[in-house]
Amino acid sequence: MALPQIKQDATDARLAVLDMPQGGWAQAAREDAVARVRSMGLPSGRDEYWKYTRPDTLVQPEAPKAALLETDEAPIFGEVDRLKIVFIDGVFSAEESDDLAMEHVSIDRLADVRDIHWAKDVYGVLEARGQSPVQRPLAALNTAFATDGVLIHVTGRAPKPISLVYRHLSETSDAILHHVVKIESGAELTLLENGPAAARFNKCMEVEIADGGTFHHVRAQGRDHERRAATAIFTRLGEESVFKSFTLTANGKLTRNECVIELTGDNATAHVAGACVGDGDFHHDDTVFITHDALNCESRQVFKKVLRNGATGVFQGKILVKEGAQKTDGYQISQSLLLDEDSQFLAKPELEIYADDVACSHGSTSGAIDEEGLFYLRSRGIEEGPATDLLTIAFLAEAVMEIEDEALQDEINARVEAWLARRRG
Amino acid sequence: MLNITNLHVQLEEEDKQILKGVNLTVEAGKVHAIMGPNGSGKSTLSYVLSGKDGYEVTEGSATLDGEDILDMEPEERAAAGVFLAFQYPVEIPGVGNMTFLRTAVNAQRKARGEEEMSASEFLKVVREKAKELKIDAEMLKRPVNVGFSGGEKKRNEILQMAMLEPKMCILDETDSGLDVDAMKLVADGVNALRDEGRGFLVITHYQRLLDHIKPDVVHIMADGRIIKTGGPELALEVENNGYADLLAEAV
Repeated sequence: MALPQIKQDATDARLAVLDMPQGGWAQAAREDAVARVRSMGLPSGRDEYWKYTRPDTLVQPEAPKAALLETDEAPIFGEVDRLKIVFIDGVFSAEESDDLAMEHVSIDRLADVRDIHWAKDVYGVLEARGQSPVQRPLAALNTAFATDGVLIHVTGRAPKPISLVYRHLSETSDAILHHVVKIESGAELTLLENGPAAARFNKCMEVEIADGGTFHHVRAQGRDHERRAATAIFTRLGEESVFKSFTLTANGKLTRNECVIELTGDNATAHVAGACVGDGDFHHDDTVFITHDALNCESRQVFKKVLRNGATGVFQGKILVKEGAQKTDGYQISQSLLLDEDSQFLAKPELEIYADDVACSHGSTSGAIDEEGLFYLRSRGIEEGPATDLLTIAFLAEAVMEIEDEALQDEINARVEAWLARRRG
Repeated sequence: MLNITNLHVQLEEEDKQILKGVNLTVEAGKVHAIMGPNGSGKSTLSYVLSGKDGYEVTEGSATLDGEDILDMEPEERAAAGVFLAFQYPVEIPGVGNMTFLRTAVNAQRKARGEEEMSASEFLKVVREKAKELKIDAEMLKRPVNVGFSGGEKKRNEILQMAMLEPKMCILDETDSGLDVDAMKLVADGVNALRDEGRGFLVITHYQRLLDHIKPDVVHIMADGRIIKTGGPELALEVENNGYADLLAEAV
């Protein structure tokens, strides 16, 4: 079916300014992906899943200019013992990165074209699976045109986290990165990500988790306010495997974080959580799709948004329980704390269930600070500002507590506290 | 210490007068009890003194050691020494009880220009006081009042009072929802805090609590006023005869 003319034109205009990296094992996957982009077209505001988030600035040929943040705040995760991999405006920095070597883990770069690579069984494969039933053209665009990324193969328990650091130094950078993670049977990795990355950032990450594998992901999307980002995680879980992902987003004119999870092995666990704090012309969108296609799997979606001064939060979360996926335990909660009357939260929780022996619960709320709680704290001598902050941190707690490592929880909470304290001046 | 003079209060949202000229003085070192039927304005008095929103003072004054407290924010009143033990302590999911206590103690110290309590000192003191109230380590770790039984919540109020060491303690129906043993425990906690420099205002429906916390003065409140003041024997009179006789007498 032909695309609407406007969509066709926008897609052509975007593709016209992009160069596909040539050669190597990923070539076929890139060709397939660009064909997907051409047939789907890039998103427009008329698309069902882009109703609440305008995709224009993510689709337009040039990245909108984004001023850089001047701050003396030390980047997060600085104290964590980690293997650091740094990208500056989407370009790998060998100078700032650690050696890409660690026990039980092989790390390569997408840009290092080699003929034979394990990643070809994953690259573009999970993304392509994730295009149905909901199209995600920006992710296909990413597969086709990503200039770099890391390919992480984990065969045992990684001795320390891998930390991807995205620095942003150019006001007009337009970065496309694509990471592939493969966790072998019984292997385990924690992946950290932080930083604003670029004026505009399109990032895709595919995570294949074999039976009994464990993947922890903690991400802090930085404070540069004018940046725009569209990110997507595609993951497929084997038997008794574990996937846990948490994202903190502070500021950002436009952030769309998609997470597409497929539970294909019995007794697997997938948790995806997000906390965001936004002020003013802040727009944050979490779009999650979880497919239960095996027995006795557990999934949790916990999303909390703190919004003030006209900030906007969006949540689109779906649980699909396929026929035969009995004993599914699905939980979904999306809540916003609106610190004033100008802010808004748009939520679209969806459940689609084809099995009869499942427990799925979902809830979505918007509300102001609890006045009773506030008075209680103040009556004990805590000033209104700090008391409000305490209640705000408490509101986010359910999401932050999805992070298993308590030291990382503390790091995230400290960032939120600092963000709130700055707002009080 | 606490001086309430001709206090008139109405609800902000509706034109409804709740307190109609309350006069009351609580001296340092004394325990005053206020009894009265439902709807007489007892809880309103406790909220107005601690600074809850939604009430408008139309006439009269309330001072603590000569300082007008009605113009203060709730946190300023707390730093000045006012403490309200809530009838229904509020659950605050996500805020750990210890974090809450330490934040409160240090906020008040800071407001009074005192040095903050160190983490180790705080821990030592809180463990000691918690033990006396039979509050275990697990309860201290849990979010404030979340999943606490009625008795645990009231004990937690007394623990806060013990940690904050206020000058003027207001107990709003602290006995409600308590069994005999729990009431004894709470009363012991309160009695341990009785001190020359500290005043208590104990609001209750029943004389029972006053068996454990012996009052110096008992007031009967009805329809927004204090209609009778006497010694501990007044509480016994209420226990035996109810409020009807007193109300009739007042009219």
